[in-house]
Amino acid sequence: MKKNLLIAAMLGLGLVSGVQAAGTLDKIKSSSAVTMGVRESSGALSYTVGDGKYAGYHVEICQRVLGDIQKQLKLKKLDVNYQAVTSQNRLPLVVNGTVDIECGSTTNNATRQKDVAFAVTTYVEEVRIAVKANSGITSLNQLNGKKVATTTGTTSVQLLRKHEKATGVDFNEVFGKDHADSFLLLESGRADAFVMDGSILAGNIANAKNPADFKIVGEVIAVEPIAIMLRKDDPEFKKAVDDSIKKMMKDGTLAKLWDKWFLQPIPPKGNKVGLALSTSTKDAWANPNDKPAEEYAKK
Amino acid sequence: MSWNWEVFCKSTLEEDFSPVCFGTGGETTYLDWMLSAWGWTLSVSALGLLIAMILGILMGTLRTLPPDNWGTRALSTLGNVWVELFRNIPVLVQVFLWYHVVPAIIPVLKGLPSFILVSLALGFFTSSRIAEQVRAGIGALPRGQRFAAMAMGLTTFQCYRYVILPMALRIVIPPLTSESMNIIKNSSVAFAVSVAELTLFAMQAQEETSRGIEIYLGVTALYMISALTVNRVMGFIESRTRVPGFIVSASSGGH
Repeated sequence: MKKNLLIAAMLGLGLVSGVQAAGTLDKIKSSSAVTMGVRESSGALSYTVGDGKYAGYHVEICQRVLGDIQKQLKLKKLDVNYQAVTSQNRLPLVVNGTVDIECGSTTNNATRQKDVAFAVTTYVEEVRIAVKANSGITSLNQLNGKKVATTTGTTSVQLLRKHEKATGVDFNEVFGKDHADSFLLLESGRADAFVMDGSILAGNIANAKNPADFKIVGEVIAVEPIAIMLRKDDPEFKKAVDDSIKKMMKDGTLAKLWDKWFLQPIPPKGNKVGLALSTSTKDAWANPNDKPAEEYAKK
Repeated sequence: MSWNWEVFCKSTLEEDFSPVCFGTGGETTYLDWMLSAWGWTLSVSALGLLIAMILGILMGTLRTLPPDNWGTRALSTLGNVWVELFRNIPVLVQVFLWYHVVPAIIPVLKGLPSFILVSLALGFFTSSRIAEQVRAGIGALPRGQRFAAMAMGLTTFQCYRYVILPMALRIVIPPLTSESMNIIKNSSVAFAVSVAELTLFAMQAQEETSRGIEIYLGVTALYMISALTVNRVMGFIESRTRVPGFIVSASSGGH
């Protein structure tokens, strides 16, 4: 019995890889269904509004992209299945074919490009510092000997380490288990600064008891291209996605979506993120590219 | 999915690989980092276990005191309250209470490193479980032992010190083994308050390297080695302290 199951499982795997080899577009065409990877809480980029429904800037971009693909394939209907992913499982799920298009908050970097492909960058994140408004800190170099909070499982930790090595500024890192926890460290005085993606800092400050107590200061520590993630070695699907996004960049749809998700009140609570469009993001829209974060760092 | 075990030899700063897998000249590899994280896991567990053993045996004993006068009744109530308080709050919540709430009430504790605070939280939580087991161990002894000790004119303290506890503690070694292994596994909650232990390492390193499966397998192996070592050490203690003819583990018959 067990042996039969094993054989069935192997056949199943074989089938999946067979579909993969044929390309995502063919898979969508033959099944009239596509699986979108989404996040439970990645700021306004991709989050759940409850009831198994997902929304956000990247989710809406993907919905429009899939609409274009539906037209291109002349499908009468296209079922979009939503699959919640985490930082830990998003790569394996895209690689093994469970998720066809991941619309979360994944940084496009060289390490990941070995396993997956990315659509053209739709959002450029700036890593910044949040401090208490009355702390008098205005730059990363003033943090010598201070406690700096950041969140476990983010690239900011590595950035801080590299910066520490390069400049000789020595700070004590404290790690929050999630962004809310890291912000609590700053709020309760256990940390003097919170280094994280600008959108996350803005979101946490907007939701704080007293937003005027905090501010985002200092230089941009790093920029990271955040993009929609696809399977590697599937140029047809990538082209379809890229074309659709480039069209939206040109005709101003992306600018409208930015306004909708980052400047206007968003569901479910009607909070505003209040994150103005950065020049780095504008540049990425003007010159569509899928360069990894390492190339951005060189500039 | 292809394996990539070289990820452990990778430097945590640059994109290069160390030939010996250990960093030289201030450089650290992911292997170095994992071993230091292992050290933190073992330190938190060891300190937590020490606190848990001392308090657990004390509180468990107090709960079995005979209700002779108001003093012993008060002490056994203290033991009961202690156990119910720390047994009924989830361990992660206790860690947060120690880290965020207690220092807000007692400002002196703000100066303590989170390593100490999390060990206290783990130790207190586990002590309530050990207290229950010690109480069960004492309860498992034939009542005649206590009566015999009293008939010989021993005080309550001497009764526990020379007759009851030496036997009861031997009886509870197997459940204490489980608790000692549990505390190693429970120490993973320390990541939530910024102790750089194995779980924190796993979450951070898999994000940086995108080789989550290798990292998690490495960390799993270290947890297993630690827990298994504790198991064997406790097994050794159990066999060395066994009273011949009294506690029969495998063979038939009782005492």
